[in-house]
Amino acid sequence: MTLAIETPRKSRVDTLLGDIGIGQVLLAVALLLYPAIASDFFLTQIGGYSLIWGMIALSLMMLAGYGGMVSLAQITVAGLAGYMVAIFGENNSNVHGFGWPWWVVVPIAVFVAGIASALIGAISARTDGIYTIMITLAIATAMYYFTQQNYALFNGFPGFTGIRAPDFLGIYWRDPMPFYYLCLGVAVVAYAAVLYCARSTFGLALQALRDNPRRMRALGFHVTQHKIVTYFYAGLIAGLAGVLLVWFNGRISPGTIGVGAAINVLIIAVIGGMRHPIGPFLGALVVVLMQTFAIDIVGAERFNTLIGLFFLAIVFISPDGLLGLWGKLKPHLRQESLRSGP
Amino acid sequence: MAEPIAASRLQSSNAHALELDGVTRQFGALVAVSSVNMRIAAGERRAVLGSNGAGKTTLFNAITGDFMPTAGKIRFFGEDITMLPPHERIRRGLRRTYQISQLFGGLTVLDGIFLACRGVSRNRFSLIRPKPDDVNMAQAELILHAVHLEDIRDTMVATLSHGQQRQLEIALALAGAPRFILFDEPAAGLSPTERRDLVAILNALPKHIGYVIIEHDLDVALRVSDYVSMMHNGKLFKEGTPEEIENDPQVQEIYLGGGRHG
Repeated sequence: MTLAIETPRKSRVDTLLGDIGIGQVLLAVALLLYPAIASDFFLTQIGGYSLIWGMIALSLMMLAGYGGMVSLAQITVAGLAGYMVAIFGENNSNVHGFGWPWWVVVPIAVFVAGIASALIGAISARTDGIYTIMITLAIATAMYYFTQQNYALFNGFPGFTGIRAPDFLGIYWRDPMPFYYLCLGVAVVAYAAVLYCARSTFGLALQALRDNPRRMRALGFHVTQHKIVTYFYAGLIAGLAGVLLVWFNGRISPGTIGVGAAINVLIIAVIGGMRHPIGPFLGALVVVLMQTFAIDIVGAERFNTLIGLFFLAIVFISPDGLLGLWGKLKPHLRQESLRSGP
Repeated sequence: MAEPIAASRLQSSNAHALELDGVTRQFGALVAVSSVNMRIAAGERRAVLGSNGAGKTTLFNAITGDFMPTAGKIRFFGEDITMLPPHERIRRGLRRTYQISQLFGGLTVLDGIFLACRGVSRNRFSLIRPKPDDVNMAQAELILHAVHLEDIRDTMVATLSHGQQRQLEIALALAGAPRFILFDEPAAGLSPTERRDLVAILNALPKHIGYVIIEHDLDVALRVSDYVSMMHNGKLFKEGTPEEIENDPQVQEIYLGGGRHG
């Protein structure tokens, strides 16, 4: 019978609405109205900062959740974009600081991040599992020490200070509310792009090579090439986040891209969950809240213990992170996220 | 039954779909496949029989490039593909199935077949979602019907039954105008009914598509092949028509062990 051939796949409008869903619409409204109730501190230190870390973790989620490639070098990629902003834009460290306008600097920074990420991908794409983790950790560590010792390009230990977010449309974009909306806008674009592309040919192929790279080769796909291109896209997202991060901090130094930060990205992604692109943002919010307030609960000497215990609890209770917990409460959502699309 | 091979439409230089010249694969000291020579005409259907460990699957792996051969030459429609990576061989029209299903557990049945069609087509890196009228999606729908998986088109592959996974395994190999297919024990673990369906699917393949099939079940193997090659200890040791092989006393002794199952 031809019946099944004619089974209408949902029209594009339906698919779009189905993708967005009522939950995400409510979330978007809440995020848009958040500045009405939030103090400046909660706008930037919690809101903006969580969105930035969420984006870096999103770039890891893309690689690990869809592609099965756990890279610990995503913070290195983001940091590199931050360094580019300091080098090609303005800083008050009297090293480099070409003073180019932001609309030149930002594309350069993001593109450099993409290329750097692709290079890391090219180095690690032929490895699997724990070896990918080791190689990317080695790259992240090497880069950390390199930036610390190299003064010609990265100005060594002190790095760069006095980096300002741009002024345009009569707005200074590091003011709390503009900065929050800037982070939100960029994060939403990155999130939507990942969500959409997960069901594109590229995204489907990525998930397929995660499940079975050998079969993907036997279907005519160049698996290594596919992985490297994925790293490139992940680098663009991490690079965008890196630009925002350096505007947020106003400075960048080797400390920003240290091993601790690299592990932080992994913790955020694992706590949030890597089945769906919302997970990294969820994880970032929780981790940023903990890092901000744990110190008030248990004191300065024990706050890392609290974060560690929370991480352990999540991993034990739900290997899929907070998303997995939510999925247990809402079997429907679990199903949806499993299918990674309607 | 042996059908005259339709070689006329092909130039004489590439009349053979597959030519193996001294193909050898060693794993350390173990010679899994030892200097195998084989010529298979376009459209020919060949069964490869042999006990476990005879080197049949290793031979397939050498042909598709899953493991490169350590010596020998492989020509596919006249072209030397010995050193080509697997995906390049696939793009030239070679396909294979696996003895142990190699599928994409996290995708739906239709998406898996769609990828198989897209893999040998253009836009493998497209960031656009495939539309329902996409040419590869339409191909995927046709294959879905050919292997009777239309009822589970949107089911996650990980949740399929063994029989359904075996059908999907074949579906993936049929995607995108194959010229020659290697079937590695497609009937493994199938019920008698499913075996009948399998034979029907194989016999319904367009005549220009040749294949090699590894199969332990002689009821399947001898009914879907024109010619049979026997392997033992990594070597070819006998070739013949299905009738000759079935009645060969040496084959009966070594391979059939006196009685046929099924």
